[in-house]
Amino acid sequence: MADESLFEFLHMEIVSHIFNEQQSSKGEMDNKDRAACISLLEAMGFRVGQGLIERLTRDTPSFKDELDIMKFICKDFWTKVFRRQVDNLRTNHQGTYVLQDNKFALLTQFSSGKQYLDQAPKYLAFSCGVVRGALSNLGLESVVTAEVSIMPSCKFQVVIQKL
Amino acid sequence: MAVCIAVIAKENYPLYIRSVPSQNELKFHYTVHTSLDVVEEKVSAVGKSIGDQRELYLGLLYPTEDYKVYGYVTNSKVKFVIVVDSSNTSLRDNEIRSMFRKLHNSFTDVMCNPFYNPGDPIQSKAFNGIVSGMMVQTG
Repeated sequence: MADESLFEFLHMEIVSHIFNEQQSSKGEMDNKDRAACISLLEAMGFRVGQGLIERLTRDTPSFKDELDIMKFICKDFWTKVFRRQVDNLRTNHQGTYVLQDNKFALLTQFSSGKQYLDQAPKYLAFSCGVVRGALSNLGLESVVTAEVSIMPSCKFQVVIQKL
Repeated sequence: MAVCIAVIAKENYPLYIRSVPSQNELKFHYTVHTSLDVVEEKVSAVGKSIGDQRELYLGLLYPTEDYKVYGYVTNSKVKFVIVVDSSNTSLRDNEIRSMFRKLHNSFTDVMCNPFYNPGDPIQSKAFNGIVSGMMVQTG
């Protein structure tokens, strides 16, 4: 199926474009610049997530509670966006959820060893934004972070902000 | 055929209100505003009852002597309110549901438009076209 590669290539190019833009204005990148790029990627993902969730929940009945929403994200939403379901969902029942995906679609192109572990966060920022945007449109403000220990498996940690 | 159609955001401010121009618009704005209370009541009530499947279509919110008000809420807590003329009794439930479906589809398209910021008033021509198609044709 060619459609998967389309987005993967586009995503890779988005990430490298943003980082090159930031680099060309100054000679080197320090941590603040890196953080700025990551926030930019995350913000893009946020808007995409909002639009996506509007389309995907058009016909589904209302959600009963937070856990219901997280389950929807792990199953239907993840299937539509990343073509697989989340492998493991853990929660402490107090607003923190950890979603573990053992073969994350945007990381499969990397080699499986430790070589590019430090480059991985750049490629996860957009997806974190998508999840945050989706949750925000469903009424849950959250903070989403991602970490990778072994490629291509990654964990997304979602902390729901209680107002 | 609707007399007034409104789209209200999650934070309860209007994203889009359009009514048949020949009549008193303020009256419709007021009606839509008061109908929000009924919508809230329905949304919170259904959650506590069966706890089963919750529908997006809320049905007849309340009838008054001149017109009837119908409501619909999306999963992103955006509310659609349609006001129809009471004298127009030929409108069945199914037709109202299909009007809400069309509104929801059109709204989804607006939401996915990258140039639209969520929370801004809706200015899409396509959305306007759909709404015009549903409003009462005057003169």
